[in-house]
Amino acid sequence: MGGLQKKKYERGSATNYITRNKARKKLQLSLADFRRLCILKGIYPHEPKHKKKVNKGSTAPRTFYLLKDIRFLLHEPIVRKFREYKVFVRKLRKAYGKAEWTAVERLRDNKPGYKLDHIIKERYPTFIDALRDIDDALSMCFLFSTFARTGKCHVQTITLCRRLTVEWMNYVVTSRSLRKVFISIKGIYYQAEVLGQLITWLVPYQFAHDHPTDVDYRVMATFTEMYTTLFGFINFRLYQTLNLVYPPKLDSKAESELKAEHEEDYAMDSESYLEKLSALSASLARVVATAEEEEENQLDQFPADGEDLENMEAREKEQKEQEAQNRLFEGLKFFLNREVPRESLAFILRCFGAEVSWDKSLCIGGTYNVTDETITHQIVDRPDIDKQYINRYYIQPQWVFDSVNAKMRLPVEDYFLGVTLPPHLSPFVEEKDGDYVPPEKLKLMALQRGEKHEEEEDDDDDDDDEEYNDEVDDEDLTEEKNLKKMEDQRSQGKQTLAVKVTPGKVKPWETGSVGNKVRLEKEEKAEEKRLAIMMMKKKEKYLYDKIMFGKKRTTREANKLAAKRKAHEDTSKAEKKQKKAKKQ
Amino acid sequence: PLFIPLAQSDMKDYKHLDIRNTVGNVPMEWYQDYPHIGYNLDGKKIFKPIRNKDELDEFLDKMENPDYWRTVHDKTTASDIRLTDEQVDLVHRLQKGQFGDVNFNEYEPSVDFFTNEVMIHPVTNRPQDKRSFIPSLIEKEKVSKLVHAIKMGWIKPRKPKETTPQYYDLWAKEDPNAILGRHKMHVPAPKMRLPGHEESYNPPPEYLLTEEERLVWEQQDAEDRKLPFLPQKHSCLRAVPAFSRFIHERFERCLDLYLCPRQRKMRVNVNPEDLIPKLPKPKDLQPFPTTMSLVYRGHTSLVRSISASPTGQWLVSGSDDFTVRFWEVNTGRCMKTLEVGGAVKSVAWNPNPAVCLVAVCFERTVLLLNPSLGDRLVVSSTDQLITAYEPPEEDKEQAVTWALSEGLEHNMGHRLTLTHPKAVKQVVWHGKGDYLSSVMPDNSSNLQVLIHQVSKRRTQNPFRKNKGLVQCVSFHPLRPYFFVATQRYVRVYNLIKQELTKKLMTNCKWISSMAIHPGGDNLICGSYDCRLAWFDLDLSTKPYKMLRHHKKALRGVAYHRNYPLFASGADDGSVIVCHGMVYNDLLQNPLIVPVKVLKGHQITHDLGVLDVTFHPTQPWVFSSGADTTIRLFT
Repeated sequence: MGGLQKKKYERGSATNYITRNKARKKLQLSLADFRRLCILKGIYPHEPKHKKKVNKGSTAPRTFYLLKDIRFLLHEPIVRKFREYKVFVRKLRKAYGKAEWTAVERLRDNKPGYKLDHIIKERYPTFIDALRDIDDALSMCFLFSTFARTGKCHVQTITLCRRLTVEWMNYVVTSRSLRKVFISIKGIYYQAEVLGQLITWLVPYQFAHDHPTDVDYRVMATFTEMYTTLFGFINFRLYQTLNLVYPPKLDSKAESELKAEHEEDYAMDSESYLEKLSALSASLARVVATAEEEEENQLDQFPADGEDLENMEAREKEQKEQEAQNRLFEGLKFFLNREVPRESLAFILRCFGAEVSWDKSLCIGGTYNVTDETITHQIVDRPDIDKQYINRYYIQPQWVFDSVNAKMRLPVEDYFLGVTLPPHLSPFVEEKDGDYVPPEKLKLMALQRGEKHEEEEDDDDDDDDEEYNDEVDDEDLTEEKNLKKMEDQRSQGKQTLAVKVTPGKVKPWETGSVGNKVRLEKEEKAEEKRLAIMMMKKKEKYLYDKIMFGKKRTTREANKLAAKRKAHEDTSKAEKKQKKAKKQ
Repeated sequence: PLFIPLAQSDMKDYKHLDIRNTVGNVPMEWYQDYPHIGYNLDGKKIFKPIRNKDELDEFLDKMENPDYWRTVHDKTTASDIRLTDEQVDLVHRLQKGQFGDVNFNEYEPSVDFFTNEVMIHPVTNRPQDKRSFIPSLIEKEKVSKLVHAIKMGWIKPRKPKETTPQYYDLWAKEDPNAILGRHKMHVPAPKMRLPGHEESYNPPPEYLLTEEERLVWEQQDAEDRKLPFLPQKHSCLRAVPAFSRFIHERFERCLDLYLCPRQRKMRVNVNPEDLIPKLPKPKDLQPFPTTMSLVYRGHTSLVRSISASPTGQWLVSGSDDFTVRFWEVNTGRCMKTLEVGGAVKSVAWNPNPAVCLVAVCFERTVLLLNPSLGDRLVVSSTDQLITAYEPPEEDKEQAVTWALSEGLEHNMGHRLTLTHPKAVKQVVWHGKGDYLSSVMPDNSSNLQVLIHQVSKRRTQNPFRKNKGLVQCVSFHPLRPYFFVATQRYVRVYNLIKQELTKKLMTNCKWISSMAIHPGGDNLICGSYDCRLAWFDLDLSTKPYKMLRHHKKALRGVAYHRNYPLFASGADDGSVIVCHGMVYNDLLQNPLIVPVKVLKGHQITHDLGVLDVTFHPTQPWVFSSGADTTIRLFT
């Protein structure tokens, strides 16, 4: 019995984890501060593999953090700042209580603050890391910038968020990196490709928020604090890469143009400047004045062979497509009516090289009037408009979004005023084989491939597509069914043979034509497969069953959607016919 | 209470009445239960009016009294007071927020305390104090204190405000290798899911929910919903409302980011086709039975057991309809039907081609029959073999009584009758054809397995101990080994050394049947929990392979004598034939490939195939089923 007795839970995984409360005590922080610290430092709980072991035998639900993470927090200089702030608040309260106003003033002057720069640097050692993680920051800042400047959070935060988002939009416009846009019921999604990273963000519609009561705004504010810091640094860096002045300044030409008008509407210069920036109608000033045109950086040609060559060609093709998309609206002149969301449309149109203007009373920064004869498109979101110019298209805003996603200017006829709009599809969905593809998407793909599309054949086409779909989806099922049926038939056939002896009758499908041979072969293959499945190991069988179950589910869902579509189309057709009949 | 300034004239009769209540400003509810409501100046009680006004009086008053609107009830005196015109006026003025006094002028011109004109002369002509010319001592003291504090370093100058800009190039000197230790463990947060078509403001019509789907969606808990929102269609962008849960969703994302444990989950990205093992094609493994070619009909109840003659010409079957039938294999003709006195549990044809004997067991009897089929010589030599028995000198006490059949029974083919003490379930021949074993499953005694020697009419009980309920037994085809399958184990005994050589763990719940490979080194076990275990006796006592290809309980398994085939029949009505190649090379594991699923038997009373057996020479398999038929697959 030599040696020390081993104690339980003193080694192994029990020592790697620490509960939240213990961590809090170790750091000597209140729960709110601990939360804040975790948010800022990006510390999240861990789920131990053996919960019971870590929990010292108890099965009570607890949150566990890695002990290493908590130790790492111990050395965080911000923890000291938190404590200092706590002390400051205490002193201030005391001074207030004693009505020592000089002391209050002195304390206020020396209010401890903290910076998050080092945390950002530590969390994102490289710029690309930071850029990869910016999705949430963008969405959050866009949300905060739409808040009313009352109550829910500091006004400075809101203005800062607004400033940063405007900077971001200006950057995207200048770098022309917007790729996809999508109007959802939640808001408008944008996707940009910045330095090779796909960044997606969601902007809410411009309405006053109905602030929910069950949301902890302190948590949101802490996140926003972190995000604004990160976002600012990223903006700075991005502006630097494009040789733009940061904080952004308008081009001197544009500035002089804008100067004359509307200056007197704004109380402060800074305010009007932000508004001008957010109008997105003018280009930004550069550090080094370059020629207007962006330098065309051609891919260098490397001698390559085989696969590399293919890759290269593909890349080149992609780049060409990209460039074409970037010049999608180049040379077009848009005018936005007052009922359309100005900011998002101006942003998108500017991203693809169009000129945009709007009514002067709507926002600062409009460069031309409705009466301008050179306007090519006017975006209107009302059923009809009184005075129409003959040399421009009046279209609904969805055309812009759909065109961007299709990477081509779609035919404007479907988007005229008062026309029932075609469905707006999500550009983020990439259908794999077996998934349901809406017929609109098929049509669009055909258009992109450059196929001409006749209106007359339209309806029939749809049906065909669907049927084709159905067939594809059902193929497996039907195949199996067929096989089963055949086997049944065969066994029955044998039975009958055994009972009444009728020799000399050869079943046609046993020695028959080519089609039968093919079918027989198929049958054989299926049987082989079924037999092989029998020999699978238990584990693999389980996995296989799971995969097949998933596949079947997807096909089932796709079938359901297809059926729904068919039903819908049938009813709409019937309605049309009825209408026609009535007319006649 | 409303204070009402009374006019001079009123005052008089007020005094005259002298009903002033002296209780003071107390809630009058306190006097609810008393007959009085207070005291007058003389300390006398003021009594309540005798009759209180009820609702009806009130109403009548309201209707009839023109001054009702200006009548006020005074609680302290319990009387109604009619307000005078001045009083009504006052009330109106107060309601409007005006001053109470009619005569008060709120816009009187203000009179400054001091004139705004600068006067030449001071207001007072007092000379200034001396102390206004000399420096203050108190101030001096204060300043000197501050100076001292500064000298001592107690007071520090104000820190200059930081001048670094808010944002700068943070990653100017980025070092991609400067990754902290903890970043190894760091799992970056997954990105938000990208929206699909159903989230569009104008989705294709198939993505909108139907009425029923919407109802279901509404009734589901928020966690169970497939979509966190209801798809909606708006005719134009102008009509799209704000999303009411926007802030919620952002907040939930925040919570996810800092409260959710993160874990890397390896998603298995495997082509399901790759999971299917690559097996040789069944086509290349021919011959094996592929089609049902004959059905032997005749039995009227389920056929428990079948056995083929060693020549392959005859087939014997035992059924629950108390008969044993002999069939010609090639024609399907029933050659003979023998009535026996009970449901036949098991039949076994003697594997020795020189002997024509069939063992049949029912109830407590094992019957040895000579079916008199086939070669006459063999038939007669068999009869001779049985009659040539000479009883030994000492008559030993045996567990079984041997009886020779005579007369009618002899004509029917009965030769020997072995009457057991208990019900017999199975009979098995030894490969040589002289020994015969019978199984009497019984949990409580050691008398479960008996080995009989036909030529000497001797019976032995090989086991002293009860090791569990015996399911079936079998002889080793070449060596003197004896296999006994209990519920979960198969024990291999050496009959010569009389010891246990091996105990095979089947990992099954309940063994139903067992078959030994003609080579003797492999064994298959079927079990009621749908498994078939293949044992390689040289390899291990655990199954080399577990096959779970039947959907229901296995009832019978069999090896082919020459071909590398084995078959299993189960309650799902199918017979699965597998290719089971055993190599002479000990290093090479047996190859097991299922080659055919044979279907034909109908499932009756949840029973499908009850027994399978192979043709001794051809790659044919017989199966007997609960649907009273026997089928031949070739």
